[in-house]
Amino acid sequence: MKKRDLLFYLQLAFTVLVCLFLIVPVILSVMAGLAVDFFQGIKSGLTLRWVGEVWNLYASTIYLSLLIALACLAVTLVIGVPAAYVLAKRQGRLARMIEETLTLPLAIPGLAIALALLVTYGGLREFRASWLFILVGHVLYTLPFMVRSVLAVLSTGDFRTLEEGAASLGASFWQRLFGIVLPNCRSGIIAGSLMVVTLSIGEFNLTWMLHTPLTKTLPVGLADSYASMRLEIGSAYTVVFLVMIIPLLVALQLYGKPRRRRVVIEEETPQTAAALAPRLGAPEASR
Amino acid sequence: MAPAIAISAAFFLLPMARLAVVGGTGRQGLAAYLAFLTTPRYFESLVATIVLSTLVTLATLAIATVAGLFLERNRFPGRDVLISLLTFPLALPGVVVGFMVIMLGGRQGLIGDITSILFGDKLVFAYSMAGLFVGYLYFSIPRVILTIMAAAEKLDPAVEEAARSLGAPPWRVVRDVILPALAPALIASGAIAFATAMGAFGTAFTLATNIDVLPMTIYTEFTLRANIAVAATLSLVLGLITWLALNAARSLAGSTVAAAG
Repeated sequence: MKKRDLLFYLQLAFTVLVCLFLIVPVILSVMAGLAVDFFQGIKSGLTLRWVGEVWNLYASTIYLSLLIALACLAVTLVIGVPAAYVLAKRQGRLARMIEETLTLPLAIPGLAIALALLVTYGGLREFRASWLFILVGHVLYTLPFMVRSVLAVLSTGDFRTLEEGAASLGASFWQRLFGIVLPNCRSGIIAGSLMVVTLSIGEFNLTWMLHTPLTKTLPVGLADSYASMRLEIGSAYTVVFLVMIIPLLVALQLYGKPRRRRVVIEEETPQTAAALAPRLGAPEASR
Repeated sequence: MAPAIAISAAFFLLPMARLAVVGGTGRQGLAAYLAFLTTPRYFESLVATIVLSTLVTLATLAIATVAGLFLERNRFPGRDVLISLLTFPLALPGVVVGFMVIMLGGRQGLIGDITSILFGDKLVFAYSMAGLFVGYLYFSIPRVILTIMAAAEKLDPAVEEAARSLGAPPWRVVRDVILPALAPALIASGAIAFATAMGAFGTAFTLATNIDVLPMTIYTEFTLRANIAVAATLSLVLGLITWLALNAARSLAGSTVAAAG
């Protein structure tokens, strides 16, 4: 370790400043959501009154968001994992084109996708009015994360050789599936699942266009409370949102990195957390 | 595989095609496709969005490169905490980011309080383009920092040593060795930041509905003016720009940007 010079401390100060920029507003809103009176700050005392009011006003949005997130997870698991498996096995142009198409919704703002869904299916009243309409949007937008994160794990490991080996030794398809394929992509499935749930709970762009007064999700309710409620309630609502999302983020940091795997690895396993980060970013093209 | 293709076709490809048809068959016919050029209001909104997104991207890259390189190269107590805090806002949706900007620069914001104590004048910037700029910085910095740290980790210290031993001053090492080596990561994460800022809707929505960025213009056309054809063509233009930006970055930066999609 070198001796610290002035440059080190300048850079440290700069980095801390950036950090404060990101964190101070979060702390402020937590304080505002829990303080008796925002203008007097914490010294006016702590209260759960605002959280209680949020619960009275917006509990349904919290349930709906959880429902949609879990349904979205189920759909992306059932559709995305097999798709990733096939994409990992096939190297052809067609497979790459399909992969491109599946990830295309990330490159297009959610607003545009939501408009497209509205002009196409907005006329189907039953469908339009149900939460399934929002689910469709969320699946489009989260599916690429599941596919990519499973695909990333499958393409680093040498699972094809393993699978062929097992097949040559007489293992059936189901034995190979549960003995080799699923254990090998487990870390990808976990990382993908955490991401799908996190993104679905926080999705606003698509959802704002697709929701109806009866199908409000948490972020839609948040926007509503920011616009029409007093600051304390908006803040308390934000606190509720943070409480829901932080465990997922912590889990993502813990499980997002694939552990060293048992199988032969041709090249160094990439740091999935870092590799996924830009992807976590990409969707914000649709923020 | 088949269900994935079916969903993509039914709920993405088909609706996007339908959007293109709707765009060309409104009151103005195909002329709606030129509306973003011929109607000053749309054109100004498009230009403002591109300028804002470009500025945000450049500022984010500068900030994130300094902080990311520093964090990757130095080990000190509290480093992990800093990294966790810096990456925390990754999962905040645009609406919440907008609220964070209000916490900082709104009518009752912290910066307003500080400036009114220091200068007797309350600085309120949240409900304008400046607020949007701050909000976009807020959600771009974490992403770009992570990408830059991942890229900086792979740099070969021997090359820098060589440059230094040949007498290069620190700024030349940065300019001629480090920055070129980071270029793919900078291009890739810059493109993501740009595309994100172009399409961001939640933040502008929270801050003020009268900020004229393209997503807000599209939203207003669609909901308030019921001008669906123009909303459709403007969204297609917007989608084309973000898609082109990401694709250009991918071909410029090589295969390492596969994640940019």
